[in-house]
Amino acid sequence: MSQPLLSINNLTVQYQVATPVTAVNDVSLYIDPGEIYGLAGESGCGKSTLAYAVTRLLQPPAAITGGSIEWTASDDSRIDILRLDGETLRTFRWEEIAMVFQGAMNALNPVHTIGSQIADVFKDHGTRMTRAERTARAAELLRTVGIDDKRLKSYPHELSGGMRQRVMIAMALALRPRLIVMDEPTTALDVVVQRNILEEINRLRGEFGFAVLFITHDLGLLLEISDRIGIMLTGRLVEQGTPHALQNSPQHDYTQHLLNSFPSLRGDLPLTGTRYVAGGSR
Amino acid sequence: MTTLEALHLRKDYRVRGSGWRAARLQAVDDVSIIVRPGETVALVGESGSGKSTIAKMLVRLVDATSGTVTLDGETIGQGRRATKRYRSRVQMVFQDPFSSLNPALTIRHQLTRPLRIHGIVHSAAEEERELLRLMESVNLSPAKTILAKYPHELSGGQRQRVAIARALAPRPEVLIADEPVSMLDVSIRLEILQLLNDLKLERNLAVLYITHDLATARHFSSQIVVMRSGRVVERGPSDAVILNPVHPYTQFLVRAAPDPKSAPWIVDPNRHLGHPEVVVSTENLELTEENTSVHWVRSWDDDAAVNTMLASLASAQTS
Amino acid sequence: MTFSQQELAEPDLSKSEPDLSDETGGRRIVRRGSWKFWVGIAICALFAIIAALGPLLAPNPNQTNSDGLQAPSLQHLLGTTNIGQDVLTQVIAGTTGSVIIGVVAGALTVVLSMIFGVGGAFLGGKWDEASSLLSNVFLVIPGLPLLIIVTDYVQSRDILVIAVVISLVSWAGAARVLRAQTLSVRSRDYVDAARVASESTWRIMLREILPNLMPIIASQFVFGALGAILAEAGLSFLGLGAPGGRSWGSILFFAQNAQAISLGAWWWFVPPGLCIAVLGAALGLINFSIDEQINPRLRTLAVLRPKAKRGGK
Repeated sequence: MSQPLLSINNLTVQYQVATPVTAVNDVSLYIDPGEIYGLAGESGCGKSTLAYAVTRLLQPPAAITGGSIEWTASDDSRIDILRLDGETLRTFRWEEIAMVFQGAMNALNPVHTIGSQIADVFKDHGTRMTRAERTARAAELLRTVGIDDKRLKSYPHELSGGMRQRVMIAMALALRPRLIVMDEPTTALDVVVQRNILEEINRLRGEFGFAVLFITHDLGLLLEISDRIGIMLTGRLVEQGTPHALQNSPQHDYTQHLLNSFPSLRGDLPLTGTRYVAGGSR
Repeated sequence: MTTLEALHLRKDYRVRGSGWRAARLQAVDDVSIIVRPGETVALVGESGSGKSTIAKMLVRLVDATSGTVTLDGETIGQGRRATKRYRSRVQMVFQDPFSSLNPALTIRHQLTRPLRIHGIVHSAAEEERELLRLMESVNLSPAKTILAKYPHELSGGQRQRVAIARALAPRPEVLIADEPVSMLDVSIRLEILQLLNDLKLERNLAVLYITHDLATARHFSSQIVVMRSGRVVERGPSDAVILNPVHPYTQFLVRAAPDPKSAPWIVDPNRHLGHPEVVVSTENLELTEENTSVHWVRSWDDDAAVNTMLASLASAQTS
Repeated sequence: MTFSQQELAEPDLSKSEPDLSDETGGRRIVRRGSWKFWVGIAICALFAIIAALGPLLAPNPNQTNSDGLQAPSLQHLLGTTNIGQDVLTQVIAGTTGSVIIGVVAGALTVVLSMIFGVGGAFLGGKWDEASSLLSNVFLVIPGLPLLIIVTDYVQSRDILVIAVVISLVSWAGAARVLRAQTLSVRSRDYVDAARVASESTWRIMLREILPNLMPIIASQFVFGALGAILAEAGLSFLGLGAPGGRSWGSILFFAQNAQAISLGAWWWFVPPGLCIAVLGAALGLINFSIDEQINPRLRTLAVLRPKAKRGGK
């Protein structure tokens, strides 16, 4: 446990357009094995860019211009994620780090059954399995995320949004990754469904021991589910800490402001009128 | 000022079912809402609960299948002129300020039109004065500069302020706010809600605040109406509905909403037995695919009571 | 079936960093790549000028002289035809004809498709069903055979008549496109907002909906013009063009009749053919650039420094 699973050191990502935009600016953080790390921030703060950088999914004009991302493999050797390419990157992406994105549930192919789509993850990653074994594993995964395995033969449009998002989580779990990056995985869903999925994630984490990088604008949610939380503002990580510490003694004004933005459902309304102005940019 | 009374609203949609028969979808089923001047009523529900359809019926973008809407007891006719008169008294703020302002027109144009249509201003000087007043009332400054801009040059919060100003232009007495902050950045949501609250007090508006967010519904309204699948499941004073939810669905909502500062609500499916005013029918809490899966029971197993309730509902359904 | 995480990721990238397109120069990206537009416009303008000045530059294209089938020379820059007409003069006169056909047919296509596409979609209900039915019927009628029959049937085969006939058989596709776009614009919130403000139906149509259809209307005009020029060239080549009229197609027709190819008289058929190709390409470029403006997915983001990722290899 001494080595963090993932460590991001002084990472900088720029969108190299006419006037370059630094979306992620000198960010350092680490994630321990089995930990849920919550990353909070508002639209445009760079939190999604960070997720894409970690999974090496950045597309031009976005490019990593500084820093490193290191990974501790299961044999304790250190891997530089930024050096991976080609086949090794592809393998790494599913088998070590998996991803669930906000709109991911809409990325299911409408003309194939969800069973065959899950089974394809095994096929694409060259696992030596027979067709029957793959189907069996797909069924098992569906049960894992709480969907009846009769649903294997269903097409995506026959499932609700929450179920499709769970299918995506099942696919992410398929190759037993050690980190799952989730970028607003429940934002499009209703609160009751969201709560369901979150509890599911938490339970699965207990079972499989993977770590989660959970990205959302909903700080209230992160406070409930995370082990540690990072707050991002205009590309910088302005504060990190346990939910308890953030809630009780926020160090940065912006953290305080974000906390005040979520009135407690059954508590009192926080004092309003505190408006955070970041360098006068807004 | 004006009380909006919407009684027994109903909206059926014909959807193409299988075969020749057109199926009917009851988007809104016998919903009544009363909003009094200087009061905010929150209409709470998840997506698909029919709350947006109600908003559209109340500003006559959608015709109700049945039901009556009166302003101070007065029914207003359906003709073009009557509708215009109605809309000068009932206005709406849309959910998405990125799509509710025409990208091709300046802010000035978009605010001037309602002033002219509803005959609020009669001269250029008056118009200018009224525009500046509107901008000031939604705290947009410098007014002149912003009036000359196009929507894409403004931030989300500024756009929503413009949208509020546009709704206020005809000097309405009733304001329907359909998820006015859900598309905005979290850090400015409270500001906009606070603005709506101030405007309500200042102009003695009757405000219907439509939202899926229980917390802001509680803090910014005096009454809450909870909807599910087109029907009202629970209503009452805000604090009562949130702090002591009775209907199992409301309890689920309260339980599910993130609230790190308070202890989780423990769902008690039998609470409604002591509250005859809250009617719980199994039909009303019909179990969808979503929540009948094995999973549902498993994930809620910290609340033993939920299991009991789901079991009783399931048996009620099969019998 | 291939199903890569890349695919899963892509739809989100645009949404995940919305601020990029704000203030920070994102807007300049959009303008990039518009060289296509300007090149297209420049070529079209050139042809338009030639077309407009055609009657002055080539007052009498049918004038013959004794030197038949001459290769290009100083006297006849593009040579002569078999009966001694100057090819350059012919091409200039043909430009006038072809451009008129393009403009008239393009405009007519837009008018028809707006009536049946935009009108139907905006009014909805029975109007929509009727106009959809009509455009669907026209869509499945095979264009060229109908063109041949109609042009054969009409008495006066004036160049304008040809243009009208071409647009009559080709407006339906444009109407479908405009209908779809109108339906999408009509359901946007700002149209609802205008209705809540009690704007009149006409104003909503003219101020709220039409401006947002302009790029598509422009692109349909360009597309219609391009199609008409090609169709007319085809008709003329088959000998169904306007008998008195001059167009690039009719030059090709006469060249073909006189067996210019086997006689090796390249100067006779290459210039009009090239004109068709170049104007067609120019219109195509304009269309592409409009498309890129409408459809952000086609926009290629300009990367200033395609620097290798640090530690990339």
